[in-house]
This record gives sequence, C-alpha cells and structure tokens, in this order.
Amino acid sequence: MTVTEDRSGAEVGRDRRRKEDSRLITGRTMWTENISLPGMLHLAILRSPMAHARITHIDVGPARELPGVVEAIAGRDIADIQGSLPCAWPVTEEMILPDYPPLAVDEVRHAGEPVAVVAARDRVSAIDALEAIEVDYEPLPAVLDMEAALADGADLVHSGHGTNKCFSWILDSAEAGTGDDVGRAEADAEVVIKRRYLQQRLIPAFMEPRSVVVDPTGEQITMWSATQIPHILRLMLAMATGVAEHKIRVIAPDVGGGFGGKLQVTPEEFIAFAAARRFGRPVKYVESRSESMLSAHHGRDQIQDITLCAKRDGTVTGLSVKLLANMGAYLGIVTPGVPLLGAFMYNAIYKFPAYRFDCTGVFTNTTKTDAYRGAGRPEATFAIERTMDELAAELGMDPLEVRRRNWIGHDEFPFTTVAGLTYDSGNYEAATDKAMELFGYDALRREQDERRQSNDPVQLGIGVSTYTEMCGLAPSRVLGQLRYGAGGWETASVRMLPTGKVEVVTGTSPHGQGHETAWSQIVADELGVPFDDVEVLHGDTRTSHKGLDTYGSRSLAVGGIALVNACQKVVDKAKPIAAHLLECDPADLEFVNGQYQVKGSPGAAKTLGDCALAVFTSHDLPDGVEPNLDADATFDPGNFSYPHGTHLCATEVDTETGRVSIRSYVAVDDVGRVVNPMIVEGQVHGGIAQGIGQALFEEAVYDADGNLLTGTFVDYLLPGSPDLPDFVTARTETPATDHPLGAKGVGEAGTIASTPAVVNAVVDALRPLGVSDVRMPCTPERVWQAIRDARNGAHEGGERS
Amino acid sequence: MIPAAFEYSRPTGIDDAVRALSEGGEDAKAMAGGQSLIPMLRLRLAVPSVVVDLAGITDLGGIRDDGDALVIGAMTTHDEVLNDELIKTHVPLIAQATATVADRQVRHRGTFGGSLAHADPAGDLPSVAAALDASFEIAGPAGRRTVPASEFFVDYLTSAVQPDEILVSIRVPKLGGWGSHYEKFSRVAQAWAMVGVAAAVRRDNGTIADARVALTNMGATPVRARAVEEALIGGPASADAVAAAAERAAEGAEPSSDVSASADYRSHLATVLTRRAVSAAGRL
Repeated sequence: MTVTEDRSGAEVGRDRRRKEDSRLITGRTMWTENISLPGMLHLAILRSPMAHARITHIDVGPARELPGVVEAIAGRDIADIQGSLPCAWPVTEEMILPDYPPLAVDEVRHAGEPVAVVAARDRVSAIDALEAIEVDYEPLPAVLDMEAALADGADLVHSGHGTNKCFSWILDSAEAGTGDDVGRAEADAEVVIKRRYLQQRLIPAFMEPRSVVVDPTGEQITMWSATQIPHILRLMLAMATGVAEHKIRVIAPDVGGGFGGKLQVTPEEFIAFAAARRFGRPVKYVESRSESMLSAHHGRDQIQDITLCAKRDGTVTGLSVKLLANMGAYLGIVTPGVPLLGAFMYNAIYKFPAYRFDCTGVFTNTTKTDAYRGAGRPEATFAIERTMDELAAELGMDPLEVRRRNWIGHDEFPFTTVAGLTYDSGNYEAATDKAMELFGYDALRREQDERRQSNDPVQLGIGVSTYTEMCGLAPSRVLGQLRYGAGGWETASVRMLPTGKVEVVTGTSPHGQGHETAWSQIVADELGVPFDDVEVLHGDTRTSHKGLDTYGSRSLAVGGIALVNACQKVVDKAKPIAAHLLECDPADLEFVNGQYQVKGSPGAAKTLGDCALAVFTSHDLPDGVEPNLDADATFDPGNFSYPHGTHLCATEVDTETGRVSIRSYVAVDDVGRVVNPMIVEGQVHGGIAQGIGQALFEEAVYDADGNLLTGTFVDYLLPGSPDLPDFVTARTETPATDHPLGAKGVGEAGTIASTPAVVNAVVDALRPLGVSDVRMPCTPERVWQAIRDARNGAHEGGERS
Repeated sequence: MIPAAFEYSRPTGIDDAVRALSEGGEDAKAMAGGQSLIPMLRLRLAVPSVVVDLAGITDLGGIRDDGDALVIGAMTTHDEVLNDELIKTHVPLIAQATATVADRQVRHRGTFGGSLAHADPAGDLPSVAAALDASFEIAGPAGRRTVPASEFFVDYLTSAVQPDEILVSIRVPKLGGWGSHYEKFSRVAQAWAMVGVAAAVRRDNGTIADARVALTNMGATPVRARAVEEALIGGPASADAVAAAAERAAEGAEPSSDVSASADYRSHLATVLTRRAVSAAGRL
C-alpha cells in the first residue's frame, strides 16, 4: 500500500467540458449503425414467440424467394460454425452451464430467442422476409416462478440437466474465519427482523440499440459492435468459434450507453459473425427497440430473504441472507457472478460480527439476466438499508442513529469486514453530517410530525441510505478466487509524437463516460503538456490490443492508474535525453511542469517535446539510449475501491391516490480524489435517476405464458426529467489509499445508493398507517393497496419475531 | 421496426381525401399528425395498403369564433390549440387538458381532430369533448354530416368516422359562466392517463346549477359520469356535497385491468379525481 501523494496539477480536479460531447450529441460520428461497406448485406432475425417450445419444423425456403433476399438460414444450417455462447464466470465447479446456441437449433427457451436469420440487400427486405419463414413449435411448459422451479417435479428449462438449479454458493463468516456463527447470533438475539424483498426485473434501456457489422473479407475478420467490451469480445469469439484470435479484429466505435447491458457477448454478434463467414460478405445487424427490450439481457430479478439479529440498543449481532437469483434461460458472460458481487456488500458499512450469504441461481424461461448498473451491489444495498430502517422502526430509534451504532468509524480504517474485504478508507460520519445539514433533516422530521398529527392526506416520508460499494473491478487474485475467467488489470500506452503531442491508448472502452476528457486531464498533469495536445485512442483491438474494457466502475480506478504509471515511465525515459541536451548529469535534473530543469537553476530547461523531437531525429542521443519515449503500463489493483456516501430522500405520499412525489433529494458521495467534478456530477445524477427508476417506475413483467408484457416504453416506464426532483449533490473526499490517484469508482454509486433511500422514504411516510413495506416499483396502485391492506389489518409487510 | 410497404397519397382538398379513402377501400387509412398511426405502422399492428396524409389540406386547419361556439379545424395541432386566444378565453378546459398530452414534440405534430378520431379512451381529449358536448362535422362520399359527442365515440379505438370519411371540424360550445378543470393521473409526465376527469361546473351562488363530468380511461369510450352530474345539479356548492357526489363516479363505468392498473384501482381513482376536478372547477 502506498501513501497517496499530492498530485494537484492544473488539470486534475478541474471542471472540463467533455471533448467528445460535440460529436456524440450531434451524432456526427461513427456509430455502428452508420457503417456501410461495399456489398454489405443486412440481417433480420426471426425470434421465438414462445417462452418454451420444441422446434418441430422450420423452413426458411420461402423467405429466400422474396425480392432482395440473398440468403436465409436456421440454427441447424450453421450449427457447426456458430459456437456456443460463453459464460466467463462458472461460480462453482458443479454449476450447470447449458449449451447456448446463438441461433436455436431444436428448442427455444425464452420469448425472443433467435430462430432464423435473413440476409438481404436492404434492411426492409430482410425484415419483410421474416414473415415468410415457416416454423412449427410444439409448446413446452414455461417455467417462470423461481420457487416453483426449484420444487420437486418441476418442469425443466433444460431437460437434459435434470434440475432448474444452476448453482448454490455460500459465504459463511464462521466457516471462512471472518466472523462468528449466524445461527448462534440468532439464538442469542434480543430482536430478530425477518423480511422478504423482491428485486424486480429491470431492462437496462441504453440509448443506442445493439448493432453489429462484420467484414470477413480482409486477412482479419473485423467486427464493429456497440459493445462495452471489445477486448473480451475478441477473445470470446476466438475461443467459442475456433477462429484464431489474431485473425479477428474487434472495434467498438462510439457507443451510445450500456449500463452493463452491453457487457455481453451476444447471440446477435455470433450470428452476424457466422453469417458473414458463411456468405463471405460484410453483414450488418441493428436491433429494433422492441427486440432490445425483449432479448438484450435484463437485470436484477432476485428474491431476498433477510434475517437481521440485534440487541435492543440497536447493535446488530448477525445477518443472514438467503437469495434466489433468476438466471433466465441461459448464462450470459457473467450471469451467475452478478449476485455474488452482492455477497460482499450486504454487511455494507457496518461492523456486523456474524454473516451468512446463501445464494441459489435458478433457470427460468425468461430472457437471461446479467450485469445492470451496480450488478449485485444495488440489490444487497437495498436489502440491508431497508432492513436497517426496519430495525430502527422496531426499536423506535432514528434510522441514522441505528446506523451510527453499527458503522465503521473513520478512525477504524483499514477495516476487514465480516465478508472478508478490507475497506481501505472512508468517513461515514462526515458524509452523513454534511447530508443532514444540506437536507435540513431535523426541520423535515418536525414537519413530518406535524403532518402526522394533523392527519394530512399527503404524508411526508424521510428515507436514508448510507451506502458503500466495492468497485474498480478488480484485483486479479480475488477474481481468481471467485473463479472468474479473467484478470482485473488494465493497461495504457503513451506515444510521444515528434511535435510534442501525445497519443494515449487505453484498454478501457468508454460508451458515454468521457474517458477522452478525463484521461487527457491526467496526461496533461503528468507530462506537463496542454490538455488539447492529448488524443485518447480506444476501442479497436488493432490500436489497443490489450485491455479489459469498461464496467464495474473500473476505468479510472484501474485504467487511470495504468495511465499514470505509463506517463511516469515516459518521464523517466526522457530524463537521460534531457540531461544529454542540457549537458548535465541526469541525477541533477528534476521534472517540473513539463520541463526538465537543473535543480537549483531553473533557467536551463528542456520540455518533453524537446526530447521527443530529439528522439525522432536521433541525430545526437547519448550512447546506448534507445530512440523511443513510448511506454506501456499495466496495473493490477491490490484492492477494490470503496466509494461511499449518504443519500437522503424526502417523499410526499398522497394517501388518497398512492402517488409518490420526491420533494427533495440530497446526495453526499465520497468517491475519493476527483479528476473532473463535472463528469462526477453527471454520473451521480444519472445514477440517482436510474435508482429512482427501480424504486418507483421500472419493472419488466411477464405474463403466465412467459410473454414480456412491458415490451415498449409505454409499459416499461423510465422516469424523465419532469418526473425527477432537483438533486442536491455534494462530496466529501477521502482518498483511496491503494494507488497514486486516490480516485474511487463513481459510475454505479448513485444507482446503488438511491433505490433504498426512496423506498425507505415511501415506507416512512406510511408507517403510522401500519405499512411496513411496499414492493418495488412503488407504483401508486401498490402504495394505495398497501395502505388499504394495513387499514384492513391484512398485511404487516413481513414477519417479525 | 420498419412499417410494411404502403401507398402514400397527399391530397390538398377534403373531397380529394374522401375520394382517395374510398378508392383505397377497407385497407386505406387517413393520417393526421401521425402520432398514433406511425407507431402502429412501425410495430406492424396496422398494415394499411394506402395512407392518406391529410397534412396538405389547408381547409382542415384553423380555429374560428362562431357565435356561441368555437369551431376547431381537425388538423389544428395541439400546440396551436395551446396557444390560441379563443380557446384560452372560451374553453380553457381544452387548453388545460391539451397541455397534459404527451410531450412537446408530440404536441407539435399531433392534432386535435386526430386524437379525437383515434378514439383512444386513454387519450385526454375524448373525455373533454364528451364533457363539453362537442359536435363533430364529418365529410364522406355522401357529403357532410354532424355527429354529437354522445354518438361519436363508438367503441375502443372506434369513432363514428367511417373508413371512407374524414373528420373536418369540431364545434365546441363556449363555456361562459362555467368553471372547468381537467384532472389527469399518470405515472410519468408524458404517459397516457391511468384515469382522467374532465369537469365543468356552473354555480349559482351557493348551489351548483349545472355540471358535466366525463372520465378518461374508465371504459372502452370516454364515459359521462351521469350519476355524479345528477347528484351535483341543484345541490349545494359545498365540499361535502361534491365528495358525496364523487363517490358515484365509477357507476356505470367499465374500466379495464391491465399492466398499468387494476379496474378496482381505476374506480377508486375516479372517485378521488372526480372530487378534485369538480372542486377545482367549482372553485370550492
């Protein structure tokens, strides 16, 4: 562990408008859909209308006869070359990993599964031809409910495997030696809170639908894809199809959002890859929004049974979590690992002495789940923050006071948690104090009392969420222990051009985050060059051959450090050259503000640009010095990054209609050292909005036959700006101690924090009416129903003993 | 998605449009602002052989004062309605409801007549037209005819406008001496109403002299809440009387249960929203 240095420079810490925004906002850039290649064919995909069925007959012949159509193929036509889609995270040795053909061959297991593909000279002809394909389906029973799926004699999603249980995975602090036994804690508890929470299924709803273009005509097969993970995609294409890795080039051009939804290796990419190889011509596939909602992977969908044990003074003595995680019909790239990312977060910011996490992954005839902003951590944070509020209510304590009793003090870091992680730094007191002040906590509590007394039909609720999360994925050694299929390092290269300009190659793959701006700010400070003299290159395996891409709030916290280290190497390499130019001893030089100067005599100096030119000409270099200033660095973090913060939400709940309005929202986040506050602010705003989406608006719903009922934005409700309050945001700054930047991840924090803050506020408003839970999303009807049930005494929201 | 192929016609006169629709037969579809039709085309829920675009017919636009009523051209956009002084002065209920329709982009393209002819019971304007006792001028192969609001909304997505007819204009009586209010309940700002209530109330000192209440999305067509109206008319202009009358809001309505709300909840909302709408309209 290194001590954080003071690296304050002109650029890092400064608001910079994002250099990529003009092209992204105007659309004058290379999106995958913009690509047009000579002889390119357009693909359209026929998808299963059934949740579970055997394909007894399929004939693509009639589609081939239609105008514009060049070829039509079914799964069995490419069964030998299409490969099986990979899962990179087999969480246990016994985990069931079913075959996952990109185009279904004999059986379909979720509505929207691809069954045939048409290639035509234009997109309209391809789509029109889908109707001519003949498919006969023999319906099979659809498995939809997780608990029913695990019962004896349940119908099976994958009949060949004999069970719908994908895996079971347990973390027990007594067994792991990281804490006490939960069973004993429960036996000795003065208070036990048992609750069941349902994490509804969500749809990532990125702005740019998934698109892919494949050109098989060069020496390398080139794939452009709207993906978060070009490097992983190349590797997986090679491993799953048998095409040699060096014969594949993957490019993620500008990509319009992902939220984890493009952290995937998709059937559509594999189908396009196989089709292009088979036809020998470039192909393009662009999904419609309807296809995206139906078949791009979904998020969340868990059932959480929580048992919290405590003393009557509010001290928590143990936590047990029993989790059912819906995998959907197949395993995507990290499907089974998502709930495990939550396993380490249920204990959150607290000093719980005993902990057990017991997770079962379940197959159902639904679209597969996988990473969605926060991936496992929002679910965990929601459950524990809701339960801490329930404990406070049970004990008649203020919810913040209960948290204070249990959280890790700022003087107790580094702190090893009951889940086995070592939190490097944090200051929960500071963030909470600041949030309470900005929120006007005490005044709002007084107003709440008054409105309760006066029986106001619109009640005021106050919700608390004191969160932390593990991000900056990830230490490779830890990933290995979790059986993840790759490491967690990141890489960067710095290329010094003869004119003193700088090209940076990063292994991260931005899809809206603003890496080009933030990375330029870092380089500007490290190398002492102007911000505008830095160009950031990414997302093409030809220029950026190595990288582990962008997800898990890792790009700055891992990739940013690789970049700092690469810059340091450049500075070190140029030093003997500068000394040669200045005719002095390298030991006498220091690098200040982009210049090498002789210690004590700042008059004589050479810039990095001077050295770059000297290297370019190489007319007069010191003996034995390689004419090259470029440098690469790969950084493997020693620890996760642990941003934290306190979010406070005030809701007004109309008890007559059930409508929830957010009156005020305060977020105080500690993401360590900040490179660009404006980008951080944007991440926090967007994150909170998405978390509010889960709390109040969004839910993917299937009917009893496994048809997605919420297949358009008319039924799958995303909040827009009129539906959201103004956010009051502020930061505390406790630097990460593990690396020289001191930065922690920020991409997922807002989403992780906000959902429990909002739902806690809804429940808080209604608690005097006898309501102790409202299922997410807290729709007006659910709120109204909860009030009605409480009045009828029918529903206590959960058990307690 | 991309619509299936269709023929496109863009007449400039009302008679030409009627002729184009007649020639197109059952599979012809008139398009006003396209805000309902185009999504249905894209999802291939509608697959017409001919689309007759009414945007080129200048005779279908404009709002004029016709004595005791306003006549609103069917192709008047929502945005034009919102910014029209005659509407603001004489039937502010229309302006208030129109302001809640979808979002700004839709209001610039979507039309007053189009949303009425589309007859979506979740639309905001059908219940307003019902509450206002509007009448509808329709042009067809046999000439013009006028249909009252009570007969205009036939069924779910079905108005009195036949496939070979077009809606020309809507005549709306002025509401001098009336108060009015549209109360909309939706989950997000741009969404359709889960339930909506259009209310107009004329007070005579302490009593309610006249009242009209119509409900959005409480059945296959907009529903006049006659029981509420009867309970209100001649009764005291008091909060208690309004609350009691509003309890009868869902009488005779047949709301649906769907993914966004149950019928029970819709009925409950109708009573709460009716109380609020009538109270606001009657300035109680």
